Amino acid sequence: MEEFITNSKGKQEEEYIVNMGPQHPSTHGVLRLKISLKGETVERIEPHCGYIHRGIEKMCERLTYQQIIHLTDRMDYLSAHINNEAVCLLVEDALQIEVPERVKYIRTILDELTRLASHQLWWCAFGMDLGALTTYFYGLRDREHILDIFEETTGARLLQSFNVPGGFMNDIHPNFIKRVKDFIVYFRKKLPEYDELLTGNVIMKERTNDIGILSLEDAISYGVTGPSGRGSGFACDVRKHHPYSAYDKVEFREVLYTKGDSFHRYKARVEEMWESMKIIEQLIDNIPEGDYAVKMKPIIKLPEGEYYQRVEAARGEFGVYVLSTGEKYPYRIKFRSPNFSNLSAINKIAAGFKIADLVAIGGSLDLVIPDIDR
Amino acid sequence: MAFNIYDFTSFNQSIDKLLYDNLPPFWALIIEMTLIGVAFLLFYALVGLFLVYAERKVCAFIQNRVGPNRVGPYGIFQTFADFIKLLMKEIIHIRKADQFLFNLAPFIVIIASFMAIAAIPFGLGLHAIDFNIGVFYVMAVSSLGVIGILLAGWSSNNKYSLIGAMRSGAQIVSYELSVGMSLVTIVILAGTMQLSEIVEAQRNGWFIFTGHIPAIIAFLIFIIAGTAETNRGPFDLAEAESELTAGFHTEYSGIKFAFFFLAEYMNMFIVASIAATVFLGGWMPLHLGPLLTDLLGNWSLKFNTGVDFIPPFFWYMGKTLLVIFLMMWFKWTFPRLRIDQLLKLEWKYLLPINLFNIILMALIVLMGWHF
Amino acid sequence: MNAIIEYLKELFGGIKTLLTGMKVTGYYFVHPKEITTQQYPENRKTLKMFDRFKGEVSMPHDENNQHKCTACSICEINCPNGSIEVISRQVEKEDGKKKKELDTYIYKLSMCTFCGICIKVCPQDAIVFSQGFEHAVYNKEKLIKTLNKPGSSLKEKVKE
Repeated sequence: MEEFITNSKGKQEEEYIVNMGPQHPSTHGVLRLKISLKGETVERIEPHCGYIHRGIEKMCERLTYQQIIHLTDRMDYLSAHINNEAVCLLVEDALQIEVPERVKYIRTILDELTRLASHQLWWCAFGMDLGALTTYFYGLRDREHILDIFEETTGARLLQSFNVPGGFMNDIHPNFIKRVKDFIVYFRKKLPEYDELLTGNVIMKERTNDIGILSLEDAISYGVTGPSGRGSGFACDVRKHHPYSAYDKVEFREVLYTKGDSFHRYKARVEEMWESMKIIEQLIDNIPEGDYAVKMKPIIKLPEGEYYQRVEAARGEFGVYVLSTGEKYPYRIKFRSPNFSNLSAINKIAAGFKIADLVAIGGSLDLVIPDIDR
Repeated sequence: MAFNIYDFTSFNQSIDKLLYDNLPPFWALIIEMTLIGVAFLLFYALVGLFLVYAERKVCAFIQNRVGPNRVGPYGIFQTFADFIKLLMKEIIHIRKADQFLFNLAPFIVIIASFMAIAAIPFGLGLHAIDFNIGVFYVMAVSSLGVIGILLAGWSSNNKYSLIGAMRSGAQIVSYELSVGMSLVTIVILAGTMQLSEIVEAQRNGWFIFTGHIPAIIAFLIFIIAGTAETNRGPFDLAEAESELTAGFHTEYSGIKFAFFFLAEYMNMFIVASIAATVFLGGWMPLHLGPLLTDLLGNWSLKFNTGVDFIPPFFWYMGKTLLVIFLMMWFKWTFPRLRIDQLLKLEWKYLLPINLFNIILMALIVLMGWHF
Repeated sequence: MNAIIEYLKELFGGIKTLLTGMKVTGYYFVHPKEITTQQYPENRKTLKMFDRFKGEVSMPHDENNQHKCTACSICEINCPNGSIEVISRQVEKEDGKKKKELDTYIYKLSMCTFCGICIKVCPQDAIVFSQGFEHAVYNKEKLIKTLNKPGSSLKEKVKE
């Protein structure tokens, strides 16, 4: 598929265009990147999305608020619990329901476990993008422990749908607290290994340092949030600046790096794993007694108006906008998915680097494709 | 026919004599060549399949997995099953490919590795051909394989393949230099290029010990450059699956893919064999040198006779597998380098160190500072 | 001179980081006890899923072949994917009253997203999640299941 472009001298030049995706091992899904190359150097990248568009927003217009929750799982499937929570918080906020403290605490713990699991999977996939295949298995091995915790309490490993407006489907499992504590002890031992294997490695440093620099201005104007944005110094942590659930009761540091290259995006995520563990440790011993859910009416009707709720998903700010006409269905629902904004910056930051760098940059942005297309 | 597991010379000579006594010289030659060819083919296939199995087991253990364990005890027949599967698979016809070159490429790759294996001494008297320029020959022949890779990438008419092949070309051209230089370091010490003589010269201690510092540096460089030459480990840019899907062999399927696959493992075996032969004494058992004999006296002689009981072939295989394990360990630990970093490593680090190392070795040989 | 020291520092520093990485992988290579693989078909007897695991929707029957479903269809209304279909019939009781009774409870496993709403909303607790996870079949038709057993009837509520 050669195309001709006109270069600066007005001469027609042949362009070498390579399609990365929709089936490609390093796009982690059905993302198609149309890249034009000059030798090994990437001149320009055109992301084409839509290969996994399922029309979730349109589907939601015919679903009740309880039913919407299970579709939010299927956007960013790695932060399913956090996405669920966004819808629940929105409904609770609109109906002015105060959920019990217990629910808030458990939601926060589960959020952080989700974030840990997501970052673990990102770490292994990032290592694999760089060609270190062993990282994949170490990350998955540790993630298995979190998935077991989820499975025991929520009944599902990935797409939990555990949150309902007003609380949870069930109370936490009796083993939950012990399991979480065991996991924290276990993972505090394993996380330094991640650093030994990958972070300190000279090849990895060479591959990521000064690669794909996203300036603070660009991060803000493209709306790159989450650890990717914080790697550029964009203080965008919703947990810190607009606390929800029990985040106002815990001490944690908003991980900020300044350089905005792949390595700093990487570091931001690894640091966030430590912070997540700190949050869990502060909460796990203090879960208050009480109900696990508020009794809700079987049919939830939001009062007429517009609502917006944002939460910090594993990849950035996840927002839900609902326009309600007072029916039991939303009139219009819009999800602000972090990955779509993060992807939009890829041409800006990856142009001029090599193909191998593009893979590293894509890995450091941590894209989940179903979240882009919805 | 005197069959001796420690020395194959008389065994080979008796077969040779038997054939030439009973047949006209032409037919005796043909039969000898056929016998050797069949023996190598069998050896090649067995070693290739074993190495694939070993790789899968090693990487499984490194990654906290069990690895293949379904076909046969501990899954040892897994690779045979895979090979049969590959034989039966459809060979996909690429319509816009350059048919002749596309079909030729896997054969060039596999023939190159076949030719290299011929010169390697597996034991005392166990080699097909003993050139007086053995080291030179092995280097020359093993770098022929890149022509096959370049052809494969070019003729597939696939952009990923082409990028992979070009990377491979740049890589091998530069790393061939380091392989050669590090071998030259040892050739200076040995004073010969004949592989059998190199092994014989290590009777009183392997070169990695007798040549001490420069030999160890040369060994490390050889391992790094050898890994790069076989397109493995952190240097597998030609097939970098996260970037180029499968690189130069993206379009190959079935038995043609199996050829590339086998050749990759055989190249690893050849590099490890050369490393074992040149640096670690080949089939020569671990003998304590005269210096240690003075120190330990009687004990060292007992040790030397003791290790001689292990047949040379096992010594050779043990050393080769050790080097292969090292290469696997690299592969399953490190991230992949980028193409410019790969060239930087060669031209900025390995080559200057190598040149310096050769001078150091020459100095040591001149002054007689080696053991 | 400084340049040479920098060069050597860079070189040996790099080698050191590589060796640290190899130490980690080497540790796991010589410690087969760290293997976490579960050998699935072999451990089938001992493999137990967590009791909340959402395997598939099922309808428990007691020893008299009685279930608790009153065919109220709340689950059918609440299901976001239309994977539940409740077919009821009108039955005349001895006292002449007409009563709705469950005829067939169709559950389409292929459409189910395991959100758990049906089980949460069921007023009778007639359906539960069972822990079976081996759903693979050769024919898509087999994924459409009838949950109530043939000849089953409604369990009368026992006053406690």
